[in-house]
Amino acid sequence: MSGGDIVQLSAGAAAASVQAGALSARELFEVYRARAAADRDAGGEGLNCFTWVAERAPAEGAAEPLHGVPLAVKDLFCVEGVPSQACSRILEGYRPPYTATAVARLRDAGAPLLAKTNQDEFAMGSSSENSAFGPVLNPWDRGRVPGGSSGGSAAAVAAGLAPWALGTDTGGSIRQPAALCGIVGMKPTYGTVSRYGMIAFASSLDQAGPLTRNVSDAGLLLRHMTGHDACDATSLHSASISAPRAERLDGVRLGVPEELAGEGIEAGVLDAFHAALALAEELGAELAPARLPHAPHALAAYYVLAPAECSSNLARYDGVRFGLRVEGDDLLEMHTRTRHDGFGAEVKRRIMLGTYALSAGYYEAYYGRAQRVRTKIAEDFSSAFERVDYIVSPTSPTVAFKLGERTSDPLSMYLSDYCTVPMSLAGIPAISIPCGLSGGLPVGLQIAGPALSDSALLDAAHALEQAISFDASAARV
Amino acid sequence: MSERGASGASRTADGAVPASLEPVVGLEIHVQLATATKMFCGCELSFGEPPNTRTCAVCLGLPGSLPVANACAVHFGLMIGLALGSELAPRSIFHRKNYFYPDLPKGYQISQYDEPLCRGGRLGDVRIHRVHLEEDAAKLIHVGASGRIHGSDASVVDFNRGGTPLAEIVTEPDLRSPEQCNEWLKLLRATLLRLGVSDVNMEEGSLRCDANVSLRPAGSGELGTKTELKNMNSFRFLERGIRAEIERQQEILQRGGEIVQETLHYDPAGARLTPLRSKEEVHDYRYFPEPDLIPVAVDEEMRSRARAALPELPAARAERFEHELGLSRESAQLLAFRAELGDYFQAALAADAEPEPPAQALANWIGGELVRRLAEGEDPARSPVAPSALASLVGLVSAKRVSVGAARQVLDKLVAEGGSDPAAIIEREGLAALDGGEELAAIVAAALEANAEAAERVRAGNEKAIGPIIGAVMRETHGRADGGAVRRLVREQLGI
Repeated sequence: MSGGDIVQLSAGAAAASVQAGALSARELFEVYRARAAADRDAGGEGLNCFTWVAERAPAEGAAEPLHGVPLAVKDLFCVEGVPSQACSRILEGYRPPYTATAVARLRDAGAPLLAKTNQDEFAMGSSSENSAFGPVLNPWDRGRVPGGSSGGSAAAVAAGLAPWALGTDTGGSIRQPAALCGIVGMKPTYGTVSRYGMIAFASSLDQAGPLTRNVSDAGLLLRHMTGHDACDATSLHSASISAPRAERLDGVRLGVPEELAGEGIEAGVLDAFHAALALAEELGAELAPARLPHAPHALAAYYVLAPAECSSNLARYDGVRFGLRVEGDDLLEMHTRTRHDGFGAEVKRRIMLGTYALSAGYYEAYYGRAQRVRTKIAEDFSSAFERVDYIVSPTSPTVAFKLGERTSDPLSMYLSDYCTVPMSLAGIPAISIPCGLSGGLPVGLQIAGPALSDSALLDAAHALEQAISFDASAARV
Repeated sequence: MSERGASGASRTADGAVPASLEPVVGLEIHVQLATATKMFCGCELSFGEPPNTRTCAVCLGLPGSLPVANACAVHFGLMIGLALGSELAPRSIFHRKNYFYPDLPKGYQISQYDEPLCRGGRLGDVRIHRVHLEEDAAKLIHVGASGRIHGSDASVVDFNRGGTPLAEIVTEPDLRSPEQCNEWLKLLRATLLRLGVSDVNMEEGSLRCDANVSLRPAGSGELGTKTELKNMNSFRFLERGIRAEIERQQEILQRGGEIVQETLHYDPAGARLTPLRSKEEVHDYRYFPEPDLIPVAVDEEMRSRARAALPELPAARAERFEHELGLSRESAQLLAFRAELGDYFQAALAADAEPEPPAQALANWIGGELVRRLAEGEDPARSPVAPSALASLVGLVSAKRVSVGAARQVLDKLVAEGGSDPAAIIEREGLAALDGGEELAAIVAAALEANAEAAERVRAGNEKAIGPIIGAVMRETHGRADGGAVRRLVREQLGI
């Protein structure tokens, strides 16, 4: 098999080829390692997807059942001995002494670590421009962003620089870059994948998930990540993920919420979305209007809760034990200088927002109220799911935007997550699949289901994916 | 920032300081729980290991690490709650208490806040406000003259202690004197020790007590402005610190000043109280529910497991010893507060020794003679002296079949050699009491003769002069004679 042929294989197909003896795991790893290293070494000519690339294939043979299909993981996953700094200067030089549960489980299942991917610093951003390693470029148009915060993972998978990748999603950080890069990205039910070893942004929202070329790969990767972890008190005993196989959507009721699929969504995006809904009907699905009356308040609540948690989660970066230290005359000055130099502007903005929201006298007005909105949003979904099986919407209000276009306007950047944040607040699973192009750029369709419906959700996405049969080849490097 | 509180309650309506001010004290006690592992990770607890050897990603606060609550710490917390008569919350949650300090690797302490594990309760005459769980901070060692972070040349951190489970017990402001605080804390200590949930050693820091102190006109229902006292790391220092603070506040109020609400650090060396610098005080902890943990849901099984683990507690045992067995209050408390002595006492009583020892005499022998012969804090059950042997011995003393002095020698033998039969030792060593018969009468007569001058003084009414005569008899009989019998014979022979 030629290198070009190998790169055409989906992750599942590559695993099958190794199993059948048509391809060696070492060769598979080496092809991708070379492609990733080339991107890393390309300077301004590459996509800037990676922060670190493995030196060589793992010495031990490929384990079942993933047969050595190499995996790229977002930089914020801790890997023992491997630089892991969530693309922040403040963790410069940090090499964790342990490996994140999700990464360890996938390694043990036969998906060795290929590379660490570029991201927004501490997962705070929707464009992968807030990185100590510089911005990631969108393989569909290098003048545009790949979305974020898991932009390096999304761009790498879209460009064929990695067979598949791990990302994390706090308010849309897997789904939105998957949409902007024309690939599949899924945020599972909160708690199905252990957060142990994921450098935290907002603990009650952070969730790891797959970024893949197709829905089957997403199911395969997810199956080997999920399961209770004694090291994460919030992890669940969830049912095993089965391989998505559905071809039809007979009797499946799809709810289309006017709040997320109308005003504020770019026309080209809506066109692609409606075309996909028509295909869904052809597959036997029933479309029904749905209401998520509190969804328009989701972003406001999110930008209180997530910064509040981040202001606390990021307090440990104080220059005392690891990462960057900028010396000062006394302890306070050392702390201050370290954090001044180590954190980027967006991270500082959110630390300040969160610190303010938790301050005495403001807690009720901000944090308390945002928590109540969060409860209302979860209730909205619960009552919607009494009438429909899934909620569908565009993943992102727009296609990939130009580099620098939103960096000076945080609010316009925050609006990128308008359609994805409600599901994060509710803790429910949601998947983005490519559903067409607008102006030559991919559009994502988001399908969300009730908590723990992950397997069924993958099935529905699989059926729709077959009908859409999106052509992603234009993004390949 | 220290707040200038209006010390309203400390004054009368016209602003005068009343003649009689009453101290009002509430205590906050931190108890290190003797679990196998830390509060939120699997590290074993540290007992003086080399610095930073009992640490992991979680208790060092490394990026990506997550806490998981220790089920045993919750169990111990429930036992404490039950022992204090608290209400056990069916659901309690952990919060993050945010502040920067180098002994706090995450930048926040995980602690229970407005939904604690236990609420209310009472121990002795002091009401309990709440009991909650939290994690201990690491240990800072300041290099340099001051011994505190300000003015030190450098500080190093030992994270071995960081993450040790703590139960914080908060009382209502029901204490009224330094002595009462000391005594009550001893009762609490004995209770916790009996529960087996902590080593409760103040000097080693497994029991730490802060005090909130204020003054008010005696009989007033209001509370005055309080100060918080820290770092009183022994019972003695606790009493001294509180006394010093009461005196300081009295002095301020009597010269018309106002108490400033602040935190004071007790310096045992100079027995002084110094305010903590404002930088060391934190104003806004920005508490919020810890998103990395799920609520502690206490079900009936956990409650009954905690209930089943409760031994008889010191307050109940003291009560029982005093009222059912007729022990003096002092003896009852000694045997109840030192559980190993109480257990030994009960075993001795249950031995059915013949003649039967009176309970009070047995208590005296255990608390006095036996304890004196053991190492500090040693459990008598592990000594060679079987409870039944001591019971027999005390029975023989009470029946006057052996003198107190001789019985002490028998106890020496028992401690040195063990054995279960004091009567055999008495027999072997010839220590049986001289029963006041002719042999003893002759020895007394000889002693009177040898101490004629003293005998004359006794006859003249000087009772104290009888001492040397009795002493001479005791020497002669090697302590076998009963002191009372000797005294009676002396008086008889002197005709008084």
